[in-house]
Amino acid sequence: MQIQSMFFKQRATEKLGDALLQGNMKKAKGKFVDGRARAVAEFGVWEELRTHAAMIRDRALANLDAYLVEFERNATRRGAVVHWAESAEDACRIIVDIATRNGVKKVAKSKSMVSEEVNLNERLEEAGIQVVETDLGEYILQLAKEPPSHIVAPAVHKSKEQVAELFVQAHGKPRLTEIPAMTREAREALRDHFLTADMGISGSNFVIAETGTTLTVTNEGNADMVTTLPRIHCVITGIEKVIGTFEDFASLIRLLPRSAIGQTITNYLTLTTGLKMPGDADGPEQMHIVLVDAGRTKLVGSDLQEMLRCIRCGACMNHCPVYQNVGGHAYGWVYPGPMGSILTPVYVGLENAGDLPNAATFCGECAVACPVKIPLPDLMRKLREQQFDRKLRPWAERMAIAGWSFMATRPALYALFAKVGARVGSWLGGREGLIHSLPGIDGWTKGRDMPAPQGRTFRELYKQKSREHG
Amino acid sequence: MKVGLFVTCLVDLSRPGIGFAALKLLEGAGCEVVVPGSQTCCGQPGYNSGGREVAKALARKVLAEFRDCDYVVAPSGSCSGQMKVATVHDLFKGEPDLPEFEKLAAKWHELSQFLVDVLKVDKVPGRFDGTVTYHDSCSGLRELGVKMQPRYLLQMAGAKVAEMDGAERCCGFGGTFSIKLGDISTRMCENKCESIRATGAGAIVGGDLGCLLNIEGRLRRTGDRETKVLHFAQVIAGEG
Repeated sequence: MQIQSMFFKQRATEKLGDALLQGNMKKAKGKFVDGRARAVAEFGVWEELRTHAAMIRDRALANLDAYLVEFERNATRRGAVVHWAESAEDACRIIVDIATRNGVKKVAKSKSMVSEEVNLNERLEEAGIQVVETDLGEYILQLAKEPPSHIVAPAVHKSKEQVAELFVQAHGKPRLTEIPAMTREAREALRDHFLTADMGISGSNFVIAETGTTLTVTNEGNADMVTTLPRIHCVITGIEKVIGTFEDFASLIRLLPRSAIGQTITNYLTLTTGLKMPGDADGPEQMHIVLVDAGRTKLVGSDLQEMLRCIRCGACMNHCPVYQNVGGHAYGWVYPGPMGSILTPVYVGLENAGDLPNAATFCGECAVACPVKIPLPDLMRKLREQQFDRKLRPWAERMAIAGWSFMATRPALYALFAKVGARVGSWLGGREGLIHSLPGIDGWTKGRDMPAPQGRTFRELYKQKSREHG
Repeated sequence: MKVGLFVTCLVDLSRPGIGFAALKLLEGAGCEVVVPGSQTCCGQPGYNSGGREVAKALARKVLAEFRDCDYVVAPSGSCSGQMKVATVHDLFKGEPDLPEFEKLAAKWHELSQFLVDVLKVDKVPGRFDGTVTYHDSCSGLRELGVKMQPRYLLQMAGAKVAEMDGAERCCGFGGTFSIKLGDISTRMCENKCESIRATGAGAIVGGDLGCLLNIEGRLRRTGDRETKVLHFAQVIAGEG
């Protein structure tokens, strides 16, 4: 996916003016937030489970090297081939190689954000291979030639009517108005692809070290098709997805769908362990698992390591008031919302995503919603510290902070400036006490008045009163 | 009982009345209140802009100014979060001055929590006849658990509290965010104002001046000159 994260501010402003998107986002918000709240309330011991899940993820990250090797050993024993991709390019090269070596003409894919991250579809298409997205949301976006705007519900920014229009163009059938009928039509279109694809590509929500299992949660069952029907199955996922045991998985799976959309469990849990064995009815003849680093090891041992706990539920973005207002495309890369505001700068460079760590009021809703207790605002602040230290923010902003720091640590000087500020501000506010525009804070005054100071500071008045009362 | 009043830089500069309301409430409840004259800011603007060192320098300054107090009280959840949470859990974690900051954090209280949870006041000097709606500021709510205390105090003053939809939703202020990403901030604030209007309340009340200036600025820009925007201290001190 092309990196546009440096243009967050402009893109966000555009999205705020997009009435259709605004309507679509408002509809989605209730479903995610209320659904999760209900599921959490029903669960009862949610906080205990969160603490436990954070521990599971921390244990996996502390033993990342050992768990990955154990995973490789167990997956290999079941006939899978494990590939290690250090970079995005490596990941694509490995998969394109597998495909071309085996004469693959068509790939059926279930949803994978890592494949978006590494631009896999483009690379496969360049090699002359047809790629069909089979997750309904991803399928819609493939027709629309758009990237996902949400990691769980990729087409959340689209309305039913927009999808109907895309289907008319793609399927050449009469326009539909009801979602079930539209879904049925997409299923019919996809069925043929499942049966004719030479290779299936899936992501993996977790990979389990003790068994060599990869697994995918879906609500459509498309991952079941992709992992079993084609003769080759290729999994692409990040190295941080490894967990130790099936029991760990049992805990995490109670959190993931509840956090994502308030489901107790997804309609399908697709677990894949190795090849088709004698006596198995289905299964691939070849299975390849591509474990992608692409910047993840940079986080290990850093003060941002907690970010690697992420299980990609999307709760942080669903609860983020910034995301809710601008949508995922504003963020300009694969991962939107609070988690993206940390991952994007890390993966594509802080200098290419300067606004993202600042695209937060630190309201804290994401940290409360995160099922694995990632302190997202704290991590964004760490990135702001890096920006501060590396002088990556605009000159005027840096000078403002430097000036403020200088004065705030010098009480007499500060008091003088506050006195002057209170008087000037009051004068600017005029009779109504409102400042309508002020250079330097036009970000504020463009859409709001600035209620003006009232002429005297508290400390001046307090001193005066103390004198009067002796 | 010697109580230090941390006025906050915004109240000092912009709305001294909130400081005097806090003073009146504390003195009225029998506290001996001191207001160190050298106080400036808690350091949060620097902290959230990535300036860790200046945040630490200011935290040390606050510590020195309020060392002799039995309690420190601030009419802000945001500044209180900075001094109760950020210092202890982040800025001075693993450093020799941590115990000092832990002591400061333990005796530091946001105003409504101090009045309700520590002083256990059962009456307030102010009277407010009318309906208000209360905006929960993010830091106070999520870092400190300020929720029922200000509502309880407002009801003590006779105000009827009409809950708005999404009272716990951020108003879009976020300190420097409100200037750096002004368009998003304004939209978030507009959403908040919509919820406020829908209650029909005559006043929107909160516990953090940053949020209140933001909300007031948007209400006035959109032509609403009527709805009062007040800090709860002003209402319950009878200075609204």
